Amino acid sequence: MTTAADILTADAYDNPYALSHLDALEAEAVHIFREVAGEFERPVILFSGGKDSIVMLHLALKAFWPAPVPFSLLHVDTGHNFPEVLAYRDRTVAEHGLRLHVASVQDFIDSGRLRERPDGLRNPLQTVPLLDGIESNRFDAVFGGGRRDEEKARAKERVFSLRDEFGAWDPRRQRPELWSLYNGRHSPGEHVRVFPLSNWTELDVWQYIERENIELPEIYYAHEREVFQRNGMWLTAGEWGGPKENETTQRRLVRYRTVGDMSCTGAVDSEAATVADVITEVAASRLTERGATRADDKMSEAAMEDRKREGYF
Amino acid sequence: MSTELHHTPPALETGSATALLRFATAGSVDDGKSTLVGRLLHDSKSILTDQLEAVTHASLKRGQEAPDLALLTDGLRAEREQGITIDVAYRYFATARRRFILADTPGHVQYTRNMVTGASTAELAVVLVDARNGVVQQTRRHAAVAALLRVPHVVLAVNKMDLVDYAEPVFAAIAAEFSAYAASLGVPDVTAIPISALAGDNVVEPSAHMDWYGGPTLLEHLETVPVGGDPSDEPARFPVQYVIRPQGGEHRDYRGYAGQLASGVLRAGDPVTVLPSGLTTTVAGIDVLGKQTDIAWAPQSVTVRLTDDIDVSRGDLIAAGAAPQSTQDVVATVSHLHERPLRVGDKVLLKHTTRTVRAIVKDIPYRIDIDSLDRVAQPESLQVNDIGQVVLRTSEPLALDPYAVNRRTGSFLLIDQADGTTLTAGMAGEAF
Ligand SMILES: Nc1nc2c(ncn2[C@@H]2O[C@H](COP(=O)(O)OP(=O)(O)O)[C@@H](O)[C@H]2O)c(=O)[nH]1
Repeated sequence: MTTAADILTADAYDNPYALSHLDALEAEAVHIFREVAGEFERPVILFSGGKDSIVMLHLALKAFWPAPVPFSLLHVDTGHNFPEVLAYRDRTVAEHGLRLHVASVQDFIDSGRLRERPDGLRNPLQTVPLLDGIESNRFDAVFGGGRRDEEKARAKERVFSLRDEFGAWDPRRQRPELWSLYNGRHSPGEHVRVFPLSNWTELDVWQYIERENIELPEIYYAHEREVFQRNGMWLTAGEWGGPKENETTQRRLVRYRTVGDMSCTGAVDSEAATVADVITEVAASRLTERGATRADDKMSEAAMEDRKREGYF
Repeated sequence: MSTELHHTPPALETGSATALLRFATAGSVDDGKSTLVGRLLHDSKSILTDQLEAVTHASLKRGQEAPDLALLTDGLRAEREQGITIDVAYRYFATARRRFILADTPGHVQYTRNMVTGASTAELAVVLVDARNGVVQQTRRHAAVAALLRVPHVVLAVNKMDLVDYAEPVFAAIAAEFSAYAASLGVPDVTAIPISALAGDNVVEPSAHMDWYGGPTLLEHLETVPVGGDPSDEPARFPVQYVIRPQGGEHRDYRGYAGQLASGVLRAGDPVTVLPSGLTTTVAGIDVLGKQTDIAWAPQSVTVRLTDDIDVSRGDLIAAGAAPQSTQDVVATVSHLHERPLRVGDKVLLKHTTRTVRAIVKDIPYRIDIDSLDRVAQPESLQVNDIGQVVLRTSEPLALDPYAVNRRTGSFLLIDQADGTTLTAGMAGEAF
């Protein structure tokens, strides 16, 4: 048995081969990207222009350097995008010579294949265009930026998550993951969702953004914006359908912790103008990202679990 | 809920060598595992307001005044009640000194496979016992799984010390019994800590009730236990994942082998053997994700350039130092994971590092009773949660190290050829 004295004198940090936690997480994510490149025919990265998808792309660029990233990008476009995020997306695609596919919720509404919800929320409408985009392009591996720390339903999600030909997630068919052996076998028509950031927390993502000097859409940092309050969140006034008559707008200093559909992504009051400010804020913050900013997750505790079964991100 | 963590928040340590510790917890139902995990998360301030609100709300609904920390890990519990997939849930927390990834597995008897899954990536396992019950059959099973999976560090957390009047003799007897058993299994390092997960004694803060204990609290131990070992002690093992060939532009002549070092240190100039071909060459250079260097070590993901233009592809192993034997005859200890049993004659796929080959089950010499460690010779099959030895013949040679020497190059999966189901986890060589 080890005695206390042994432990207190053993200096874990003397090891010249120690890796920082960011190095370890990066090495793991890169390993996952390369496994997919080695074993799948048509992988794609879900790219929303949000920080998690930006970090995924950054990791993929590093994983295959000096060769180009052997995957294309897929953006599920709700039609209610922050213009800054769309501009960022297009800049990034051009800069790295990537191929971008867009699955558009608006197109689906216009062609009658989807109907606008009474509450105007479009995040729940993303599933159909997403699955259609995967199916029509025959993507067999789909990288998502989901992290297990985001909420309870994700804590047991696999790194390789098998989806049937309807895109659905069946808990009974999920495979145990041991060591770093990822089993990506699937039948034709099925695909695998891959989550290289599974083991990252929000703070890790921000620390990595700082360390790697990764540019983000400017709405992640504090800025003045015309907002109004709905369901306890600050929403941006705009063409998508707000504010309603009884809602009044005001100018506030805010930033976004996630960027999604404008109709259900709330801004938070913040003075954090730099990455370092954001890290301080995140470390001190007492709300999860989802709790703070996603109207659709507030709808029901089981909301995420339900949507995942249907094939959501 | 009184204890607060005195460490600085993790953000202040940005850029420092805060290492990552992956650990697993195991305990029988009601030993207090959920309470312990909840307390670690809570006292290290990893619980966020909205999560705590949800728990407080749920606790009130059940008529409890204080938030029941066990509810923080409620996801698994709900599943247990509904009887659907129970498996491993991962939790994250950090202190100023380390980042932690906790593989939380349900304690129920029949879930050996989940414990095996959680332990496979763990550097440390916390085995929980109830001080009133001491070492029970489940405890021995947890110790056996930790030993089998070669988890380098084991912590025995003797919980509910408050219910035995914080009495040293109770703790000492349990610690002695467990340590002896673990030693007989070949567990190299056991640390026993007396705790009360409910009251918080020795979890994050030192206990005011156990002056007789001079050791670290559980969190202190987690923060300081050496992680990762010394890669320079091990021969380098580099399974090739992907060949990087830009074939155009300024890097048109670049050819690099992408992978993650499974063990050891690799330097420019090192002579290496490529397996299974057996060809030898030297390392021309190493690129760490876009930066040229001349040294890399496990578990870094890097790209290796070789001096000679030899045939190397995904599934090959670049090895320095004593190279493993390439073999088509594999003797391994396995943990069977699926309801579909494994039988002699079964044809399966075998996934080892980055290589997948066909294999046939030639023999199942014995099953191990995980409680008594008795061997049952020639079982008809291995059922879900069974541990046993199998002999396999593969379609192509594998560069396999004994699992006892290398957890990454000594492990493999057996996969159903027809539908891709993961059937079995394998570890080359003898158990224990
Ligand atoms: N007195 C006392 N009770 C405890 C302690 N730890 C847990 N418990 C109680 O033991 C019961 C089972 O705990 P729980 O964490 O749900 O156990 P699990 O099944 O191992 O997750 C609960 O009623 C806890 O409040 C402890 O250190 N002391």
